[in-house]
Amino acid sequence: MSAPRPLTILGGRLVRPAGEPQPGGLRCENGRIVALGADVAAGDDDTVVDAKGALIAPGLVDLGVFAIDRPAFHFGGIVRAALMPDGDPPLDHPARVRFAAHSGKPDLWVHPLAAATRGLAGVELAELALMRDAGARAVATGRRWIADSGVMLRLLQYCAMLDLVVVVHAEDSALVGSAVATAGEMATRLGLPSAPREAEALAVARDTMLAELAGARLHIRQVTTAAGLELVRAAKARGVRVTAGVTPAHFALSDMELADFRTFARLSPPLRSEADRQAVLAALADGTIDVISSGHDPRGPEDKRLPFADAAPGMAGAETLLPLTLALVRDCHIDLARAFALLAANPARLLGVDAGVLAPGMEADVALVDPARPWLVDSDKMAAAAGNTPFDRRPVEGRAVALFKGGVKVG
Amino acid sequence: MPSPESSASRYPSGRAAFPHRDLLGISQLERHEILFLLDEAARWVAFDPRAARGSDPLAGLTIINAFFENSTRTLLSFEIAGKRLGADVVNMHAAQSSVKKGETLIDTALTLNAMRADAIVIRHASSGAVRLIADKVDCPVLNAGDGSHEHPTQGLLDALTIRQALNLSAGSDLNGLRVTICGDVMHSRVARSNILCLTALGADVRVCAPPALMPAEVEAMGVAPFHDFDAALAGAEVVMMLRLQQERMSGQFIPSPREYRHLFGLTPERLARAAPGALVMHPGPMNRGVEIDSSVADLPDRSLITRQVGNGVAIRMACLEVLTRGARSMEGWA
Repeated sequence: MSAPRPLTILGGRLVRPAGEPQPGGLRCENGRIVALGADVAAGDDDTVVDAKGALIAPGLVDLGVFAIDRPAFHFGGIVRAALMPDGDPPLDHPARVRFAAHSGKPDLWVHPLAAATRGLAGVELAELALMRDAGARAVATGRRWIADSGVMLRLLQYCAMLDLVVVVHAEDSALVGSAVATAGEMATRLGLPSAPREAEALAVARDTMLAELAGARLHIRQVTTAAGLELVRAAKARGVRVTAGVTPAHFALSDMELADFRTFARLSPPLRSEADRQAVLAALADGTIDVISSGHDPRGPEDKRLPFADAAPGMAGAETLLPLTLALVRDCHIDLARAFALLAANPARLLGVDAGVLAPGMEADVALVDPARPWLVDSDKMAAAAGNTPFDRRPVEGRAVALFKGGVKVG
Repeated sequence: MPSPESSASRYPSGRAAFPHRDLLGISQLERHEILFLLDEAARWVAFDPRAARGSDPLAGLTIINAFFENSTRTLLSFEIAGKRLGADVVNMHAAQSSVKKGETLIDTALTLNAMRADAIVIRHASSGAVRLIADKVDCPVLNAGDGSHEHPTQGLLDALTIRQALNLSAGSDLNGLRVTICGDVMHSRVARSNILCLTALGADVRVCAPPALMPAEVEAMGVAPFHDFDAALAGAEVVMMLRLQQERMSGQFIPSPREYRHLFGLTPERLARAAPGALVMHPGPMNRGVEIDSSVADLPDRSLITRQVGNGVAIRMACLEVLTRGARSMEGWA
């Protein structure tokens, strides 16, 4: 492929790693950012884009999606997606990892997360080094927790040797059993199988302790309870190499959404109490949570138009990731720079890719964002492969109005 | 046959008395709507089908009993209720295995809908399944039990039975009545519907269960939780026992049936701790010698268990009759 013409974006507001956005523009050459600031000028051969006052932001890096859904990702300003290994068959073989790593190029970069264990069964280690060299950017336990602590320790030690982050799902599987909701008033009223929220803290406690023992890098993809977040906070304070993520569902919704058995609100981990939601907001503000991801998992009616407990968990989250995170800025929980750290810089650093921040030398993954543009989430009109959003009919603000991958316009 | 408007003076006229197309749960009902159904049922209790031959209010209407979970008693009760009202009653036994996966449950609902039933009675093993079907059909839907969620006609028939046993007049609620519900509250739709119905009527409800069978934050439903059955019984005027499912009797929930009886079985000695003359109820089928001793279950005057069954038919007649008033173009119900 011949090198694209250089790209210059002018007349926007640059999102910086800290502080308020600054008026200016940026210039990209050969897929990389070469200059940015107030005095950037376009070259003669450049493609010039007028940002018309929009935010010039790093393209979003979505750490932990279950499907490659290009239209939804581009709608949501996402240029890189870390693919969970839970496909059928799972990403537990180097050839499948290599295929997945190339599946989105050039306009969407897929970063496969290698299955930690064969078949994600939690018993035998998968060929992690071979998968790393085939393009896996990290290792993940998938939708499930590894129940066997011996396997988990050996996995963490092995990944510490390979310097691969281990992405985990933190719910004690024996305590969860067949639960589909968090124990509490709502589950009790609806008569749904439920598990205590402590199932998360138990898993966080064990995994952070084993990561500390192994000297491994641990990323807990979703931490959704006050007790779980407190354990992450404490582990970080004593120097454990742990990071935590969350999806907008757990900072924007509580288990009240389960009323009327709405299966679009059937998620894993399940929605929590309002007190836990508040704890997630506090953890976003104080830095305990490092990553906001979409958990994008489009599910059609065959998976969702079922009785609640029989429905599959998951939400189509790619389109709502950006506006719901920007709502945190509007509500003064975090500032704009931190929003993009959560959406781009931190996940990019975790995956070890030169992206996620706007700086010379970085990949030219750029989203032009109108943070005030209002739109209505409508499950019937989603760009995603399916409309299973728990945010249906919610008015939101913030849209990616243009998207560039490696300096080339992709959306 | 009694006049349909016999309770007209106490309730809003026409549809305003019961403005719901479906009966999916007690949780959807206001106190006065519960009382309306109880009063409507009271007149069916005295109904003599032989004397009333030829005056079938639901003649020409089709009622489908779609049971996705095995049931003998409830199905029979709904079938008799429909037939006493003169409706054509069709029973559909859908094997659970064939409808659990995929779109089939919705497809079944659409099929039922296409047959243009005038009411559909549904039982299903999953909480919320009846509502899911109700959203897809055009006729009234009655919940005959969905998972661990609700079994509204059971809650209503139990309230009716209590009212009858206490000789309370039409329109009476159960204000201040002390009721103890004991057993597997966690998995019981009967318990949930009874809690909702009894608390809506002003009763003072206690629930008693071992911790593994007590739902979280049940006190938010307005009841007092107990693990000590003796303490829960003190002063109780009604004792409602729940059925313990066989598969939960030995193992993770309960060590053994006899140990369950030791702590939670309603024995004559235990019943003596309740208020003098306390009434005994059980939704059936009973595990005699486990949650309830035969000598208690068969107490004349105090055990209401067979009366519950009889009232079940009356309640289901009332619900079917009220919910089909629109279809029958009754004045004020169109």
